[in-house]
Amino acid sequence: MTEHIVVVGAGTGGTVLANRLTDDLRRELDAGDVRVTLVNDGPEQTYKPAFLYVAFGEKTVADARRPVADLVDTRRVDLVVDRVTGVDTGDKQVTLAEGGALDYDHLVLATGTAPVPDETPGLVEGGHHFYGPEGAEALREALAGFTEGHLVLSVIGVPHMCPAAPLEFVLMADDWFRERGLREDIDITYTYPIQRAHGIESIAEWATERFEERDIDVQTFVNPEEVDPEAGAIHTMEGKEIDYDLLVAIPPHAGDPLIADSGLGEDGWVPVDNHTLEAETAPDVYAIGDAADVPTSKAGSVAHYEAGVVADRLAASVRGLTPTATYDGKTICFIEAGTDEATFVEFGYGDEPVVREPSRLLHWGKLAYNEAYWLTARGVL
Amino acid sequence: MSETDYQPDQTIDARDATCPGPLMDLIGAVKAADPDTVFELQTSDAGSKDDVPEWVAETDHELLDIVDEGEHWSIYVRTA
Repeated sequence: MTEHIVVVGAGTGGTVLANRLTDDLRRELDAGDVRVTLVNDGPEQTYKPAFLYVAFGEKTVADARRPVADLVDTRRVDLVVDRVTGVDTGDKQVTLAEGGALDYDHLVLATGTAPVPDETPGLVEGGHHFYGPEGAEALREALAGFTEGHLVLSVIGVPHMCPAAPLEFVLMADDWFRERGLREDIDITYTYPIQRAHGIESIAEWATERFEERDIDVQTFVNPEEVDPEAGAIHTMEGKEIDYDLLVAIPPHAGDPLIADSGLGEDGWVPVDNHTLEAETAPDVYAIGDAADVPTSKAGSVAHYEAGVVADRLAASVRGLTPTATYDGKTICFIEAGTDEATFVEFGYGDEPVVREPSRLLHWGKLAYNEAYWLTARGVL
Repeated sequence: MSETDYQPDQTIDARDATCPGPLMDLIGAVKAADPDTVFELQTSDAGSKDDVPEWVAETDHELLDIVDEGEHWSIYVRTA
């Protein structure tokens, strides 16, 4: 009886998982005792951190994409390009948009998250973002033509992918405008929903100090409810109004509709055990990456490390052994601190991260990782 | 700390949540919620006892109670 592992989503989590399963279960796969099917709603994977660089003209959207077929071993993994429209956890079956269904013994949801800027009235017309290819390209043009006025970076979406990105954007923008001789004519404001510049205190302290040095204005307790594109103003839950000439938002995010539609997570995120990634609402279902509701960031490194843990647990299960691998919240995030220096933080559940002094070396490390990332997706790095 | 009989409509388990942290977890849920929803935020971060009331005070939402459960705090908030 062949055990069938179905993985939905071929982003970072899905491809790392597929590759780890290929390694861990090679013998069983080749003997036909186990099958792995990876389902993705398109033929490509996108490396989303590249979009920040697209906004500053340093990368193109094409740089950010690779065919999924190049990232997994298609001799051992069945790659299905289709959209999963439903999950029946009772019958253990997923249904596909183009017809057909897949029965599973073990299901891993790696469906990610997407920006939904239309959830904030006026934001699509009045603002920009770099959380998708079209958004990043439009922002590139807007930034290229911006020579004076008030640039506002506003964190609207909670949660959002990459909690470092808002800080990176303003620090890069500050440097970028200085390099182009325009900074004196441009005011930069950064807004955040809570009473400090970032959710993590040590990062908030580090960022606030840098913002002061760089003349970046910080406004806290700002939760935008709507944008007035005509007037160029943000209106907030706290009753404030902030004027802008160029608005760059960290937009609202949503989980894949599949999650709520199939009853696996009311708000689009799958409640899971924080350490085993098993779904709380159904047996033999896991969630990894941005789709999983765990107490750490929506970050690529989280998907990567979670995928490793789930691969180990699945391999043990399939062999009739007790799974022992656990995820301790390990998260690593680079933070660009300008156009040529960066730092990073590393933490697990319950840790208070330390922010190292930024350096050119760490910036080069980030740029190198931007290229080497595809080795991670392929299960190598 | 007082005893409470609040029956939360939604519980947010933010124990050991490092990034972006318990208050951000609460804000995300509050923004998506209907009015008059009672949230229980479970947090192991002592800072939440100050952070959460400070944020709630800036909004129309209501802080109901903060209960020391020993290994964590439960902070109850009702949405406006």
